[in-house]
Amino acid sequence: MSDLIEIEDLSVTFRAHGRAVHAVEGVSLRVPAKASFGLVGESGSGKSTILRAICGLAPISSGAIRIGGEKLKSPRDKAFAARVQMVFQDPYASLHPRHTIDRTLSEPLAIHGIGDTDARVMRALTDVGLPTAFRFRYPHQLSGGQRQRVAIARALMLEPEILLLDEPTSALDASVQAEVLNLLNRLRAERGLTFLMVSHDLAVIDHMCDRVLVMQNGRAVEELAREDLSHARMTTAYAQSLFAASADRMLDPAGKDAR
Amino acid sequence: MSLLQIENLRVTFATETGPVEAVRGVSFSLGRERLGIVGESGSGKTITGRSVLRLIRPPGRIEADRMEFDGIDLLKASEKQMRALRGPRLAMVMQDPKYSLNPVMRIGAQLTEGLLRRDRISRAEARKKAIAALEAVQIRDPERVMEAWPHELSGGMGQRVMIAMMLIPEPDLLIADEPTSALDVTVQAEVLSILDGLVKSRGMGLIFISHDLRLVARFCDRVLVMYRGKIVEELAAHELMAAKHPYTQGLLNCLPRIGGPRAPLPGLDRTGAWANV
Amino acid sequence: MSALTLWLTDPNPASRRQARLGQAWLAWLRLRRNPLAMLGLFIIATLCLLAAAAPIFATQDPFVQNLAQRLLPPGTPGHWLGTDDFGRDIWSRIVYGARITLTIVALVAVTAPLIGLLIGTVAGYFGGWIDTVLMRITDIFLAFPKLILALALVAVLGPGIENAVLAIALTAWPPYARVARAETLTVRNSDYIAAVRLQGAGAGRIIWGHVVPMCLPSVIIRVTLDMAGVILIAAGLGFLGLGVQPPLPEWGLMISSGRKFLFEQWWVATMPGLAIFTVSLGFNLLGDGLRDVLDPRSAAR
Repeated sequence: MSDLIEIEDLSVTFRAHGRAVHAVEGVSLRVPAKASFGLVGESGSGKSTILRAICGLAPISSGAIRIGGEKLKSPRDKAFAARVQMVFQDPYASLHPRHTIDRTLSEPLAIHGIGDTDARVMRALTDVGLPTAFRFRYPHQLSGGQRQRVAIARALMLEPEILLLDEPTSALDASVQAEVLNLLNRLRAERGLTFLMVSHDLAVIDHMCDRVLVMQNGRAVEELAREDLSHARMTTAYAQSLFAASADRMLDPAGKDAR
Repeated sequence: MSLLQIENLRVTFATETGPVEAVRGVSFSLGRERLGIVGESGSGKTITGRSVLRLIRPPGRIEADRMEFDGIDLLKASEKQMRALRGPRLAMVMQDPKYSLNPVMRIGAQLTEGLLRRDRISRAEARKKAIAALEAVQIRDPERVMEAWPHELSGGMGQRVMIAMMLIPEPDLLIADEPTSALDVTVQAEVLSILDGLVKSRGMGLIFISHDLRLVARFCDRVLVMYRGKIVEELAAHELMAAKHPYTQGLLNCLPRIGGPRAPLPGLDRTGAWANV
Repeated sequence: MSALTLWLTDPNPASRRQARLGQAWLAWLRLRRNPLAMLGLFIIATLCLLAAAAPIFATQDPFVQNLAQRLLPPGTPGHWLGTDDFGRDIWSRIVYGARITLTIVALVAVTAPLIGLLIGTVAGYFGGWIDTVLMRITDIFLAFPKLILALALVAVLGPGIENAVLAIALTAWPPYARVARAETLTVRNSDYIAAVRLQGAGAGRIIWGHVVPMCLPSVIIRVTLDMAGVILIAAGLGFLGLGVQPPLPEWGLMISSGRKFLFEQWWVATMPGLAIFTVSLGFNLLGDGLRDVLDPRSAAR
């Protein structure tokens, strides 16, 4: 059985003020190709650190990460960049404030020596539902949701197989969150992407992912299939308390679905 | 009895491209209850909260037909009177404790500063009061927290300290601007129950500003829904799920739900007649 | 005009050039609201104009000596700022001196910030031992008073305008390196740098294309604020006879030669002094205004 993403016994340790901080300790997970896998947990649970470790932005102190059966090279090379891309949490911080959207989107093409820049940039904008007239705008001329669409377009410029999503909607308003989540789902269906998504919102994870890993203090607590999550069939106390705290995420708006 | 009365509040900002109205004619009154203000970013909810304390800096301007707090005209009050009101009677908790606590002062010093300066009570007495306040927000080890620096506290602890600081002078009205959105869900529940207990035991008025409809529905008595600087709907919190206004309905519908269908989430349709108010 | 402004303020520019010009136009609008900055800009523009069209503005040849007309007071017909000890017209010498001053300023303004930016961003981006080595070198340069170091360099290299520029540039870069490094440290860990690194960009591309643009505003502001200092150091070197050599009409040199007559013929030293003062003031005012315009935080609004 070959899974696209395999993480085995991963530990990430930072050194801060001479003290070792164990951000991730012995976490293992496997994501098959074209699946959508969620990581949930509260702040400090190490869920984002796993994504950063995959990208080489956090130091791996032990364990292994394999993408498509291959061990990752350190530092990550261009071939890795063409396979794995990331969408960051804060769309206000993830776009270069002094580059136009055009520059942001054509940069990956320039790095990889891919031609046909104009057509590709235009297509990328259309794909994420932005008007092509936005091409030469600066990030500060866009709203949060539009920025996140640009960030998604940038991540897809190199046509990767895997998209790492670090709380992609937590900085957005509810209605914009819905639009971005729909966009991500559509792109995944169209392009056969594999998602590894981090969120603190169980409802978002439930909507987006097939399997979920609940994390706490850098350790994996429990891995659940989507059905088990929505039927509250978790076995550990922590996962249950997390579920209970998110109970209002289950409310039916005015029984509208019953109508 | 009405604690706060606001009629036709308008807040205008002069910008390069001309004046921008952030709040356009907001009226409400508040008793000793929990009032929620919800809306998306840019709806004017935060500015509404800030203008009650007259914390709008130029180029912003506040206008209203009436803005009274417990019989005091907030529009006519001098800056000195406002300073006397802010803190002892009107208090505000901001979203992120990281930016609201002074990073180079110990928690204890920040908590007792107001007491020592304003109320001129003895140091020991101030310390006793501060510790009591920390206990009130369920900090287990108040003695240690008094000696801590802000960066040594977690987000939840920081927010609780902020609330404690605001509550020491026992204000009549607390404005909480997204007090829990920087917090984890489990901590969020604790902070809310602290606020709830304080409203009930002290008979304080609370304006709870949030973008999270479901949270407000669970926690408040009454909810104002704001859109583009106006109140589009006012309802009792338990009726929020039966909202009539298309904007409120749209906000509720576009949220994903645990166990909900995988179909695309309904977007918020902003093309209706209501959107151009 | 209105068609042009419309084109400039179009929220959906059709080309890279239009977008860039539109941003520049907005910056210009912001600058225009600051009267002091506009005064500074006016002074600098006037200086540039004087230097470019010196033969037109100068009433006399700046090098022709006329001992019969030496040390005439200001207001004398034909010499409205007076003459110096060789009977040369002071106004004409100041006008031609503007060329020299501007050359020095321009050369220093190009070289020193470039060295500083390069060293600062490289040190800040890589960190570790590279940072330590580069910053200690910077500290060594910073430890000397600027003028003393420039003096020592000129003493080694020999006097002359090129060597003066070189000496000033070599003493002026450390502050830019510091500024650039500090800026780089805040930018280095931002998500947009992480994003471009994830796309496989090399260090060179990241530093030049992504880090430097973020450091540029604060460096440009420092440059305009430092230009006054550069003019003064150049004048100081000239005054000490180690910069520009006579009979070239360099302002510092002119003050130096007027020193002998400071009490009786005050105008010989005062007029070039006033020129230095005005131009320094112009650069300072402009730099202050640019701070408001170029600061990314204010530009984001």
